[in-house]
Amino acid sequence: MDVDAEIAQGTGAAALPRRNGELVFTAPWQGRAFGMAVALRRGGRFAWRDFQERLEGEIGAAGPDDDAERYYEHWLAALERLAVDTGLVDGEELSHRAEEYRSGLRDEVF
Amino acid sequence: MTVGEHEQHGHHEHHEHHGHHGHVSDFEARTLALESLLREKGLVDSRDVDAMVSCYEHDVGPMVGARLVARAWVDAAFRDRLLQDANAVMRELGISNEGLNIVVVANEPGVHNAVVCTLCSCYPWSVIGLPPTWYKSAPYRSRMVREPREVLREFGLELDDAMRVRVWDSSAEQRYLVLPERPPGTEGWTEDELVPLVTRDSMIGVARPTARAI
Repeated sequence: MDVDAEIAQGTGAAALPRRNGELVFTAPWQGRAFGMAVALRRGGRFAWRDFQERLEGEIGAAGPDDDAERYYEHWLAALERLAVDTGLVDGEELSHRAEEYRSGLRDEVF
Repeated sequence: MTVGEHEQHGHHEHHEHHGHHGHVSDFEARTLALESLLREKGLVDSRDVDAMVSCYEHDVGPMVGARLVARAWVDAAFRDRLLQDANAVMRELGISNEGLNIVVVANEPGVHNAVVCTLCSCYPWSVIGLPPTWYKSAPYRSRMVREPREVLREFGLELDDAMRVRVWDSSAEQRYLVLPERPPGTEGWTEDELVPLVTRDSMIGVARPTARAI
């Protein structure tokens, strides 16, 4: 049972083989965008398939010379599309809110 | 451009994407906007987002997959079930597959498996954490299907001509995990001793675990 618990939590005596990992988020917003998508799916707000289709579309549109570093830019764009398409947020409200952050009108960080 | 070269450029920042007016980049602003609206509507709890980020960034890593592989090496019945229905095995162990269908493909003498996602970057992240930068790169995605032996050679994995190479193209529905062969020289090792040998790359199929990996 101990081992099962370890697997479930993804931790354990053998510790994480970090040597084998690499920095996967190069900026905090990337982690937020990732976490939001997973949290929304967990909350049953959308089917993963619907997100994935939009992500494929974004990456496909970027073409074969695209930089892997831009992956989470596509992720964010796909998430925005899905949130608007499914009516979770309003498109205009979203652009307006983003502009407030861009211009410094709104600056709360959470 | 080779996969190797691409990897070296993985961590460059994109200064050109930063906004000109404020102190936050366009991507930061958009992320903040989306999260703040979702939070106000009660659709997302920022603490849940924190937990997801922390979980996949720090905890999951390749660890869950490594456990599965190591156990399959020491327990033949477990191995059979894992290859037959990985999702059922994961359910029993309380591992979330995050709604993905995980399929485990086994390396064996004469057969080597490797995983790619040509369309985007589908990845079994519920078992081996988040994808490395090179996995998401266009060169890896396109070349792995066309010239897998060449790509694997660039990763340092030489396969002789008699070895069959199977490349599995992931999709939204199906995510693949490679069950590598147990390295020679590990006879009698326990599951716990074997776990650290199982690298992320070996579960993508671009490397082989070795007894010297520690």
